Amino acid sequence: MDTTKNRPSIIVEHVQKTFLLRHAHSFKEAFISKVKKKKISSSFQALKDIDFVVNEGESVAILGYNGSGKSTLLKLISGVLEPDKGRILTRGRVAGLIEVGAGFHPDLSGRENVYLNAAILGMSKKEIDERFDDIVAFSEIEDFIDSEVKHYSSGMFLRLAFSVAIHVELDILLVDEILSVGDAPFREKCRKKIRELVDEGKTMVVVSHDTGTVRDLCDRGIVIRKGEMVFDGPVEDAITALKGK
Amino acid sequence: MLRRRYLLQLLVRKGVSTRYRNSALGWGWSYVKPLTQYFIYYFVMGIVLGRSRGIDNFAVYLLAGIIMVNLFNEAFSNATKSIVDNKALVKKIYLPREMFPIAAVIVAFVHFLPQVVVLVLVSVLTGWTPSLLEIGAILLGALLVVLLASGLGLIFGAVNVSFRDAQNLVEIIRLFATWASPVLYSWVNIAHVMPDWLTRIYMMNPLTSAIELFHYGFWFSTSDGRLQPPPHLLQYSLIGLVIALVVTAIGQLVFRKFERRFAQDL
Repeated sequence: MDTTKNRPSIIVEHVQKTFLLRHAHSFKEAFISKVKKKKISSSFQALKDIDFVVNEGESVAILGYNGSGKSTLLKLISGVLEPDKGRILTRGRVAGLIEVGAGFHPDLSGRENVYLNAAILGMSKKEIDERFDDIVAFSEIEDFIDSEVKHYSSGMFLRLAFSVAIHVELDILLVDEILSVGDAPFREKCRKKIRELVDEGKTMVVVSHDTGTVRDLCDRGIVIRKGEMVFDGPVEDAITALKGK
Repeated sequence: MLRRRYLLQLLVRKGVSTRYRNSALGWGWSYVKPLTQYFIYYFVMGIVLGRSRGIDNFAVYLLAGIIMVNLFNEAFSNATKSIVDNKALVKKIYLPREMFPIAAVIVAFVHFLPQVVVLVLVSVLTGWTPSLLEIGAILLGALLVVLLASGLGLIFGAVNVSFRDAQNLVEIIRLFATWASPVLYSWVNIAHVMPDWLTRIYMMNPLTSAIELFHYGFWFSTSDGRLQPPPHLLQYSLIGLVIALVVTAIGQLVFRKFERRFAQDL
């Protein structure tokens, strides 16, 4: 038996996530509500008892319709959110293609932004220096790398942001509905790059409701409906399960 | 935190270089703003109200106090706003969030340096030749302010995420910082009008010690010596240091506790 195949990469253990929707946003409101004995918050359970293990080298799709909790799950894996119950363990460096470009500053040049964002995503100066040329080449905006990002077109901006994210040294890649970046040729390039990472044996979790992408990239699918895990198995069956109620 | 030193460095550089983008004067504003404030205080307090009586070389006395209080105010309010200002990142990418308030304090410190240059120039012009002890006092004073501002910044920055009231509370604290420390008057004035125990509390304020340390460092040797540094300045500075360290430790704890909810509360 191949041992590396069975080394867990992500363990999600009985995870629950409840959002408190606060109605008070100032001390005053909080105080008045307390005096009036009004509820200052109501809760909403986004995820209920989610439990699965992803092994190294697996590529898993999390499927579900809007509001099913799939993006919340991805944020929990990336560490941005913390579960209320249960726990999540990950091995190695987790990098997310989640909302790429969040750290870009419009007043800095493309070059400065590459360095800043790669550092935000956890790279050291040496690593960025080594990959800088690849990043720029992939984004195809060599001529504009030293001009300020605010002068970029939205396509250029997204290409650069995506390029930084995809070149981060990683063990686990999280992908959230972002394969709609740029024009068709660039999309194809991204898909190829992600395929490459999967073939290198990186672990990947994709969140999507685009069945085409998912079928292309993943072997296993997990279906979430209203915060509950309703299916876990081969991707084709998962897609059927998603569609067929 | 140490592992991500490079990121911290880039965040600071970003804060410094984007601060005055699109302004003709650029970094000149770092001189213009405090100097304007300085001349207003100098005119009103020193000349109109005659506060400079009994304080020889009032120009340096006032300047030393003002840049110190400015450092505190700047660092404190930047740190408080830092988490909310970096909302996009905090919500989407996991990274040590302490980075933001710490970077904000460092940016304020970088901003403080040109003002120190002005102070040094003015002091030298009025006959200042620094001794080791004076430089030690200056460094200790700056350390006190940076520590206190970081600690308070961590606390208020974390609270500000769920309760934007914190920002307004910070404004009030800034006002207090300016007036409840010997910037615009001397500690003797305070000691005259306040009961002993209150003066003691006043002296324990780390900002008071920091400003007196700055006065000692830059101003005292250039004055006629009639206004002595407050008694037990060293003891009070050490008490101030302990207070600042405790505040920083509390800041860390509060920040850790609130940090878990940042992404969903923003």
